[in-house]
Amino acid sequence: MIDQITVFLENSEGRLAALCRTLAWANINMRSLVIADTTDYGVVRIICDDPQRALDVLTAADYRAISTKVAAIGVPNEPGGLARLLAKLDELDQNIEYGYCFSLSGDMACDVLKISGAEEASAAAKAIEDAGFKLLKQEDIA
Amino acid sequence: MSRQQDILTLPHDQIEAIQLEGVKKTVIKCYENVEFYKKSFDAAGFNPYEIESLEDLAKAPFTTKQDLRDNYPYGFFAVPLSEVKEIHMSSGTTGIATVGGYTDHDLEIWGDCFARGVEFANGGADDVMQVCYGYGLFTGGLGAHYGGVAAGCMTIPMSAGNTERQIRVMRELGTTILCCTPSYAMHIADTAIAMGLDPKKDFKLRAGIHGAEAFSDNFRADLEKKLDFKVLDVYGLTETMGPGVAIECWEQNGLHLAEDHFFAEIIDPDTGEVLPDGEWGELVITTIDREATPVVRYRTRDITRIIPGECACGRTHRRIDRLHGRTDDMLIIRGVNVFPSQIEDVMKTMPELSSWYVIELTTVAHLDRVTLKVEMEQGFDFDEIRQIERLQKELEAKLKTALSVGVKVKVVEPKSIPRSEGKAKRVIDLREGVN
Repeated sequence: MIDQITVFLENSEGRLAALCRTLAWANINMRSLVIADTTDYGVVRIICDDPQRALDVLTAADYRAISTKVAAIGVPNEPGGLARLLAKLDELDQNIEYGYCFSLSGDMACDVLKISGAEEASAAAKAIEDAGFKLLKQEDIA
Repeated sequence: MSRQQDILTLPHDQIEAIQLEGVKKTVIKCYENVEFYKKSFDAAGFNPYEIESLEDLAKAPFTTKQDLRDNYPYGFFAVPLSEVKEIHMSSGTTGIATVGGYTDHDLEIWGDCFARGVEFANGGADDVMQVCYGYGLFTGGLGAHYGGVAAGCMTIPMSAGNTERQIRVMRELGTTILCCTPSYAMHIADTAIAMGLDPKKDFKLRAGIHGAEAFSDNFRADLEKKLDFKVLDVYGLTETMGPGVAIECWEQNGLHLAEDHFFAEIIDPDTGEVLPDGEWGELVITTIDREATPVVRYRTRDITRIIPGECACGRTHRRIDRLHGRTDDMLIIRGVNVFPSQIEDVMKTMPELSSWYVIELTTVAHLDRVTLKVEMEQGFDFDEIRQIERLQKELEAKLKTALSVGVKVKVVEPKSIPRSEGKAKRVIDLREGVN
């Protein structure tokens, strides 16, 4: 499991740019940034090299930011990489809240999955690992 | 303080005797010295020389804020200007301000009235009072200041603003009594906590005397918890003096009127009829011994009631209930009367929300639309969007039940609702044809 930083942003001009600038000034490198948007606001989910510092910097700058545990699974960067993982989860009857992917290096991709509830999440993570997938740790993506 | 202890426990019939004597003098003084009252009493057929009982005062016409405005600046002064030592003005948000004048005697009374708050907080010479109401034309700053000095407190005239400095002074000088608007106290508390301070350990606060805006019981509980002290509500208005007209005692069960200086009536705001004790209505005040700018039956527009019965603290001055809002704070939304404090009460049942809010009124397709902007409390897990949606829907449902009016809830970023240093601006009315 790794730490994802989740930030609440209003849908208004320049807010995302300001958020990224704040992280840039603090010399924090993002591996991934995805936005879930609604009419009035967006929820920005960030994977970065130093989540604790990112959280501190954003909180100090008056952003509403929280840290969330998510499962990060390394899959081969090739057609069917994600499909095989999801098939396994389906087999395990495991619901996921949301997910997204980013590539780590040329031949590896990282699939991030949010499974609700701390107990369900760690049970699911173990099941994924037992099925032969590689669970990534914070240092794997730093 | 000793000069006040006797008066605060005087049997009520003796207080009434003081009031009758004072009211008689005030109406005569007004009639003989203030052109406005000469005209208004004559027009109403009210004879100021024929008051036999306090009930007789109900025959006198009311004084409104507009009357004071119409006679700006000195029309309501009942003494020569050479006897006036200080003036204050109410915020003229809708145009012309109203002016209050104070003689030496008026200033002394003001100090004594506010000092009762310190007495109610069981305080005195050993207390350090930090005043962060704005100093200036607003009565909050100097009124609290005179009260602190009269009560024998070491009084720190901070005025409003520069919150981090307020916190430093509070910590380093060992402030025990804080005086400011409740919303500013909350801002101070939030800022101190954000600075990494622990109010329980870092501050010596015992009591806060907070007024100039209505605040809910839930807001009070939240503030008391954050700053680890007891909050006393103080009431007053420039037109009759300033803060100190009524203050809550340690029982926190209503505000004791300074009945030896003010005579209070509760009226039906629509008919002007005097209502019996216990019924809610508009507070009307007649000054008893104000020299510079006495007023007769001033309509405060504040909604409260006289709490029947005696207070457990043993003081005999009657109590008004905590304000339900002002007749002019009241919003009429799609024909329904709504007070901002009702919205606040609902919000406080939801720990996921901070205390800050703004009500925005707009017109959409000729209908009133209400949008309530709120901020999430730190620590609320909003990672899954459905949590935010649940929060919005739950609050909307609760508001619908409490107000009978549909409100759209909008969650906004922290601190996007402006923090006030004086009176908080809770309502933004952008409706067509309003204001």
